[in-house]
Amino acid sequence: MHELSIAQSIVDIVLQHLPREEGVSVRSVRLTLGAMAGVVPDSLEFCFGAITEGTPLQGALLEIEHVPLRAHCNDCGGDTDIEPTLFACAACGSRSLTILSGREMQVRDIEVEENEGVR
Amino acid sequence: MSVITIERKVLEKNDELARQNRALLERHGIFAINVVSSPGAGKTSLLERTLEHLAGKLAVAVIEGDVQTDFDAQRIAKYNVPAVQIVTAGGCHLEANLVHDALGNIDLPHISLLIIENVGNLVCPSNYDLGEAMKVVVASTTEGDDKPLKYPAMFRNSSVLIINKIDLLPYVNCSIETLRANALRINPSLAVFETSCTTGAGIPAWCDWLLARTAAGKI
Repeated sequence: MHELSIAQSIVDIVLQHLPREEGVSVRSVRLTLGAMAGVVPDSLEFCFGAITEGTPLQGALLEIEHVPLRAHCNDCGGDTDIEPTLFACAACGSRSLTILSGREMQVRDIEVEENEGVR
Repeated sequence: MSVITIERKVLEKNDELARQNRALLERHGIFAINVVSSPGAGKTSLLERTLEHLAGKLAVAVIEGDVQTDFDAQRIAKYNVPAVQIVTAGGCHLEANLVHDALGNIDLPHISLLIIENVGNLVCPSNYDLGEAMKVVVASTTEGDDKPLKYPAMFRNSSVLIINKIDLLPYVNCSIETLRANALRINPSLAVFETSCTTGAGIPAWCDWLLARTAAGKI
């Protein structure tokens, strides 16, 4: 269950980018998540909801963009999506692969709202 | 409503501290390994046999990570090597900042091999770089032969696989050939060792490999 500490890292990063004024709230956080990032999305969403209570991120939607595990085959030269449990080139079956994507875990952007009347 | 672009890695703070740890260890010429496995695979026993075998040959220090208790550090202290216990108090993995703090309690100029025993868990530790030179994954025969396929990230991110408890092969439902093939399917460049901490089989080969990678001259 390292999703809690990952959720906390996401919140820390977002808070560093929020405008200083009062009454700013975060509507959504866009996150890219690789298929081999080792994170369970449901459990990350649950933890995110729990730790954002009472912060400017309360109620914010965590939008997860999934990135497939993709690799370059060192034998046939093709780039294909890889099944993590097979770990073979989808075109020729070779196991000599260079991973291109699938380990990402990155905060892309946030949508913020300035609440009326707080000022 | 406005959009603020961030584009930052979630684990950037950990990765930065890991870089600092790695630079510190390299500056002192220390070869550091991060030993990972599921709970009960035999990490601490393997460490004990390794320390026995390397006694007088290599200056070793150990960082022990556990959710609770310092039982493992007590076991290691018997071998007369510096051992620092990290208790994560519920945390399922070690993070670079914990290792950073632990390094402050180790006499680095006089150490050539650092063994970090991570918390028993095949999922979470694969995300967290600690600053080690490589990860060593331990899989025991009692866990069956399909672990590499169930936890591919850990086997992909490791450089060495130690298949432990080979003395129990006659009694358990595990084919060592299948286990090896499954692991090499996920990561063809894994160096594989087969050990038994009960009989001592395979320990010399593993220790010779460690010796070959570690700078001598500090003992």
